Amino acid sequence: MLYDIFIDPFVQMYDMPDFFLQVLWEGFVAGILYALIALGFVLIFKASGVFNFAQGIMVVFAGLTLVGLHENGVPAFLALILTIGVMGILAYGVERVVMRPLVNQPDIILLMATIGLTYFLIGFGEFVFGGEPKQMITDELGLPNGSTAFEIGERGLVILQHIDIAAAVIAVVMVTALGIFFNKTRIGRALRAVADDHQAALSVGISLNQIWAIVWFAAGLVALATGIMWGARSDVSFALEIVAFKALPVLILGGFTSIPGAIVGGLIIGFGEKIGELYWGGLVGGGIESWLAYIIALIFLLFRPQGLFGERIIERI
Amino acid sequence: MFYREAGQFKTSYKADQALFPILQDRIGLAAILVIAFVVIPATANDFFLTSIMIPFLVFSLAAIGLNILTGYCGQLSLGTGAFMGVGAYAAYKLTTIFPDANVIVMVLLSGVFSAAIGAVFGLPSLRIKGLYLAVTTLAAQFFLEWCFIRIPWLYNYNASGAIEVPHREVFGIVASGAEATPLARYFIVLGITTLIAFLIANVLRGRIGRSWMMIRDMDIAAELMGIKPLQTKLMAFAVSSYICGVAGAMMVFFWLNAAEPSSYSIRLSFQILFMVILGGLGSLGGAFMGAAFIWILPVFLKFFPGLLGIELAAETVQHATYMIVGALIIFFLIVEPHGFARLWQIAKQKLRVWPFPY
Repeated sequence: MLYDIFIDPFVQMYDMPDFFLQVLWEGFVAGILYALIALGFVLIFKASGVFNFAQGIMVVFAGLTLVGLHENGVPAFLALILTIGVMGILAYGVERVVMRPLVNQPDIILLMATIGLTYFLIGFGEFVFGGEPKQMITDELGLPNGSTAFEIGERGLVILQHIDIAAAVIAVVMVTALGIFFNKTRIGRALRAVADDHQAALSVGISLNQIWAIVWFAAGLVALATGIMWGARSDVSFALEIVAFKALPVLILGGFTSIPGAIVGGLIIGFGEKIGELYWGGLVGGGIESWLAYIIALIFLLFRPQGLFGERIIERI
Repeated sequence: MFYREAGQFKTSYKADQALFPILQDRIGLAAILVIAFVVIPATANDFFLTSIMIPFLVFSLAAIGLNILTGYCGQLSLGTGAFMGVGAYAAYKLTTIFPDANVIVMVLLSGVFSAAIGAVFGLPSLRIKGLYLAVTTLAAQFFLEWCFIRIPWLYNYNASGAIEVPHREVFGIVASGAEATPLARYFIVLGITTLIAFLIANVLRGRIGRSWMMIRDMDIAAELMGIKPLQTKLMAFAVSSYICGVAGAMMVFFWLNAAEPSSYSIRLSFQILFMVILGGLGSLGGAFMGAAFIWILPVFLKFFPGLLGIELAAETVQHATYMIVGALIIFFLIVEPHGFARLWQIAKQKLRVWPFPY
């Protein structure tokens, strides 16, 4: 038993390096995608202190809108632009209808409001586009499919899906762009000011409402990119919701306010989950992927209650 | 005018500290109990009992359980569904291991198991606080759900992987199983819910309940004043999980008859959390009102188009229900973030001063 837990998995990793590398790659891609969902959470949390539970559903909703528009005869790129427009309208609507009346309420009330938004988006998405799973339009968007195999050692083979590589590249581009946007532009500076102190930002003439609409729109764009990538790996349906829950441990692991935290957290969860499932999962009957992420996050949290990159929690009486 | 407590003098300390010191409250409660125990069983049909009253009471109890943890002790939990599941599976195992025992006792005992598991998952709450605690309870939710699927012993190696409630009789009346009458089930559920609600109402205004509220309001200050956070928080987790466990056991034994792991999924957790938030955090009456709203609204929406004579596909109705429920949740949070309990308080104040505005 002890051998099975502590020695056998490592022997396997050493004996079959190609399989291990494949697992690492899978973990990497999953981690990137978790990180993308978590990124949307972080954007909104930083600017408004709202824990946006609906981010996961926004991912599905964006993907569904894109595919749904295309199914109704809209050309792929026009559909993409229209979807971006829809996410913009959604951002404005959420700011106007949900966030503005609820400003300055306790965290849990805002959290519940975003869960309410989740229900609304599920109902709305299925109402308009139907509930059955859909195929993501990867070809029409010019995303690569197919795969490349690398030979490792004498008989090893690692297969990389092109779509996964594209996902990784898009993630890197998006994070870089967001970084530049946050640090170099006027709006980015305003965003950081709002994140730092709402009242101070208001007093120097920054419009909170406008900033929130922009942040929700940015989160919507991140959701759209994530939706395309997740949709390409599996079907677009509200079953992806369960994946969205995985962003929660990622986020908590990285700390709520840190973009690097979201990425590192995503990678830790992605790697940990795949390696754990493939090397240790068999010991307890498999399927441990469903809860391993939470346990990993929990273990990290016990040592750092504010997450890896989170701001230190200072409590005063 | 209608709700005036002026002139109701208390002559003893005992009368002053009674659970319901105001006469109107006692009359109102008595009326509700009479309606629940006499009027509804006498007049309601089977459909009303099985698809509205029994689920409503079960969910009310679960909402009371979560309210203790989130509303009174301030610990956010997203794992209610799983704790209810523990109660259900424990009750199932207990009734199959001890086939001759009283099924109501077994349901009440099953809560002990979920209390123990709840306390274990409550341990990290000493270090992890606020929204971060949500991940602990989510871990509980997904881990326990996985256990319900992967440990065949829990469902007696059934091929279907579901638990089916066995036929049991209590004092010669069929209490559980497919043959049990809705009326018998209703009385059992009503009895258990009423009993636990009264017990909890008393616990909450005593030393234990007050220490929970101190932890909620500020845990460090509470610690300085001599409240032990370990015991208090774990007690809250245990009591909350006990009640949720009993509610979960009732859910399968007296309502659904059979349950599978997906019955206790995260959706159930959210549903209960909605009941607590919409009803009002830290209010027992609110738990009942929230449960009524969240459970009865979709049932109503399901049959509403039919009443108007509009034919709609079942799917469309379901999607519309989702949309309306989501929109109403946001609406109520905006209108009154403190829930129906607060609306009721405002209403009471209006009744007190009526016909004058102030």
